[in-house]
Amino acid sequence: MSVQEVALAGRGHLTFSHPPVLTGWATVAGKKETEGPLGRKFDRIVRDEAMGERTYERAERQLLKGAVELLLSIEGHHATDVDLMFAGDLLDQLVTANFAARDIGIPLVGVYGACATSSEAILLAAMAVASGAARRAVAATASHHLSAERQYRYPIELGVQRLPTSQWTATGGAAFMVEDGTKEPSGKAPSRNDSKALRITCATVGRVQDYGLKDPNNMGAAMAPAAADTILRHLLGSGRRVEDYDLILTGDLGRIGHPLLEDLLAEERIHPKERLQDAGIRLYSEDQNVDAGGSGAACSALVMGAMVLPSMRKGELRRVLLVATGSLHSPRTYQQGESIPTIAHAVEVEAVE
Amino acid sequence: MTFLLAFLIGGALCLIAQLVMDLTRLTPAHILVGAVVLGVILGGVGVYEPLAKVAGAGATIPLPGFGYSMITGLIQEIPKEGWVAIFSGAFKATGAGIKAALIFGILASFFVRARA
Amino acid sequence: MDKAEYQKRARQVEPPRPVARNALFAFLVGGAICLIGQGVQTALLALGYSTETAKAPTAVFMVFLGAVFTATGLYDQLTKFAGMGASLPITGFANAVVAPAIEFKNEGAVMGTGARIFQVAGPVIAFGLLSAFVVGVVRFALQGVWP
Repeated sequence: MSVQEVALAGRGHLTFSHPPVLTGWATVAGKKETEGPLGRKFDRIVRDEAMGERTYERAERQLLKGAVELLLSIEGHHATDVDLMFAGDLLDQLVTANFAARDIGIPLVGVYGACATSSEAILLAAMAVASGAARRAVAATASHHLSAERQYRYPIELGVQRLPTSQWTATGGAAFMVEDGTKEPSGKAPSRNDSKALRITCATVGRVQDYGLKDPNNMGAAMAPAAADTILRHLLGSGRRVEDYDLILTGDLGRIGHPLLEDLLAEERIHPKERLQDAGIRLYSEDQNVDAGGSGAACSALVMGAMVLPSMRKGELRRVLLVATGSLHSPRTYQQGESIPTIAHAVEVEAVE
Repeated sequence: MTFLLAFLIGGALCLIAQLVMDLTRLTPAHILVGAVVLGVILGGVGVYEPLAKVAGAGATIPLPGFGYSMITGLIQEIPKEGWVAIFSGAFKATGAGIKAALIFGILASFFVRARA
Repeated sequence: MDKAEYQKRARQVEPPRPVARNALFAFLVGGAICLIGQGVQTALLALGYSTETAKAPTAVFMVFLGAVFTATGLYDQLTKFAGMGASLPITGFANAVVAPAIEFKNEGAVMGTGARIFQVAGPVIAFGLLSAFVVGVVRFALQGVWP
């Protein structure tokens, strides 16, 4: 990083002097997702891809709504107990989050970060709670493979060959509860005696990066520079080294973006090795025909909620950096020949007694 | 013999299209547009006709054959219709295929839902 | 890494497309579909059609086959491994019309199916007709000079 860039790095890094607590989460996953390595770890499984709905857009809403409702029931809360909801998705004008919130009733802040929505929404919820604007906030996102295909690619029944660089939009939804850490939890949630409290200690808001890549069938390569920039700025802002983390989870760079991120970090003499993992690689196994890996707003959220956070609660992971990445293009900008701007947001979570 | 040639020539046209797509990284839509335009040009200069005679369906079923039908239909209409054939000819020859696709598509949309 | 270097590096890590395998499947499936077409044409000739009059009914029958396989959800599966072997034949044209027709029914018969049925096949028809117009003008001008 140049001197200029180091100066910029301080901006957008947030340290929470009273760290908010991630008190709960819930995941709803589609059939293909449950056939992957995380199969049994999801809270709810949806076998019917249409979820009994008339359209896949409506099914996607059910995924988001289902995740939030499940979270509320796990935590023993009503919608009226929650001050704010930060939610986003990939469809049109955030129709999934907006329409789901119509039914849920929690005051909504719509969030668009493409596949970076998960960490962006958690980051915003943490800011709201840390600032005192909310005592309790929900962060939620969802994506559906078929509604995303419709919007970003081709009609579902149109025969098109997948490319080795293609990623597979995940079907699922996830919701996370962020609460004020200074007060005793007020919900009726069963006190987990084995469990650690998960504190959100700091976070870094991403900068939009664009290295001039134009191929929407290779989003991992486009997003890796955004992940690198955010990770570097987070390390500079927090004063930590990669070795201080048990896990840095990016999402969803996939099998092409992941090695590119390693290259970009290696240039800065940063070698995270095995502690750098990618949600797009972890959600599916290689024999599931997902080519470069998973993607979609739900992908990183599902891996966080089914794998990372439960491991932290059990004490298997102590300090984790969640760095969801998103491609900010639309079908229109791609057709007009524009390159793909990308972003990544980092949220640092620490497990404490 | 016609059957063998239909298989070989038809397969070869698809193979060429696939190679062009994989090596140039053009989208399928661009390849298909290119194929039909190529069929029109080759048909217009009289190169496609011998191929169609030899390969039968192997030349007429792939998309360049669609372009070939457009231009041969147009050229055949010129002596009868004069300049109007430039506008009317191409559709006459290919109308059946296009209309069939439209009708079956609309009918299918009444009964079928897209799924993974 | 500057942008140009990164783009170069990104191309290096990209897995190669299975060019030979794709070509083989395109050849086999494309050839097989043409073989079916030839069978239809030959059957029509046996029924008394001429080579010329058999063209349209052959096209209609092949389009019907493509439509049925699309409606049953099989054609996109076939194309996943056959690529241009399934897309280039007229059955692929049928798939390109029927797939959006089914896809956009949720947006209504008029604004969905009707308006977007040519989303994929439209460019093929448009540029086919445009090039036929250009070539047609030339052939019209050369009347008597070129048969």
